[in-house]
Amino acid sequence: MALMRTMAALLLLVIAFGAAAGGIELREFDDPVMEKRYHDLTASMRCPLCENQAINDSDAPISGDMRERVYQLLQEGQSDIEIVNHMVQRFGEYILYNPRLESRTYLLWGLPIALVLLGALVVVLMIRARRNASAKALSAEERQRIDALINRKRSS
Amino acid sequence: MKRRLLLLLLPVCFLGLALFFFQGLSLDPSQRDSALMAREFPAFEATTLRDKNRRVDQSLLQGDVTLVNVWGEWCPACKQEMPQLLELADQDIRMVGVNYRDTREKGMEFLSEFGDPFEVNIFDPEGELGFDLGVYGAPETFLVDADGVIRYHHKGYVSPQDVRERILPEVEKWR
Repeated sequence: MALMRTMAALLLLVIAFGAAAGGIELREFDDPVMEKRYHDLTASMRCPLCENQAINDSDAPISGDMRERVYQLLQEGQSDIEIVNHMVQRFGEYILYNPRLESRTYLLWGLPIALVLLGALVVVLMIRARRNASAKALSAEERQRIDALINRKRSS
Repeated sequence: MKRRLLLLLLPVCFLGLALFFFQGLSLDPSQRDSALMAREFPAFEATTLRDKNRRVDQSLLQGDVTLVNVWGEWCPACKQEMPQLLELADQDIRMVGVNYRDTREKGMEFLSEFGDPFEVNIFDPEGELGFDLGVYGAPETFLVDADGVIRYHHKGYVSPQDVRERILPEVEKWR
């Protein structure tokens, strides 16, 4: 029993050290809101070196530095926007998973909306055209032609 | 006639988008401009690698076109690009080093082993200046004009070809 307990304790220690060596530090926050902001901010920035990892998910030294800086700026009481600006000034728009709305990204953000509007317009036009067509009564000449066509099909 | 045109619209749209995305595929995401391009060299205050009592700041980069090379003893590509940097220094180009995330002893060892093209080395053991420069992996090289504005950025190893085809023309351009 004592042996089991020692083994379990050892195992826990190994796991704890393993997590620490994984590059993601344990940080203490007095305020759960700030903790949430820290997690959201570090999840929304891309590691400049490893490209498809968020900085909260990356072992690269630069990601560690960036997490540390986010933590510091949060402690200094800076707002989320200020922190994001601080990072973008140094590492570029590239690090944002959600590009900001500016003249360069109008097409990116605007195209889906434009396409939905275009689709709605096409649907409206189609419905209208169909309504107009059914509302039109057939002239005597057209009726005759239709009868002729139907009869030809039947007789053949 | 109208209907045909409409039908043609679809493949044209498809081809247009396909071309657009195909071009995107051939872009290299690691080849991107520094966020500091055309901005002033960030303010800093540090000691130099050789002299822990000498303090330097951003005014160090005023007055002459300067190549700022961020390096560290731990960085293998930095060793490989030293011959190219020495050659640039021989051509009367002012070179300033940033000793990035390193110790004084290791930095000095590096310089005595691989040569020292730098007029002075800014000592940045915590990587603070590196962070403000947006450095995410050494070596990186910045060209700073006489007014202290960053004009060119080279990420990674500087090959002899890079010196001929990129760095020297850029230096000439801003002199």
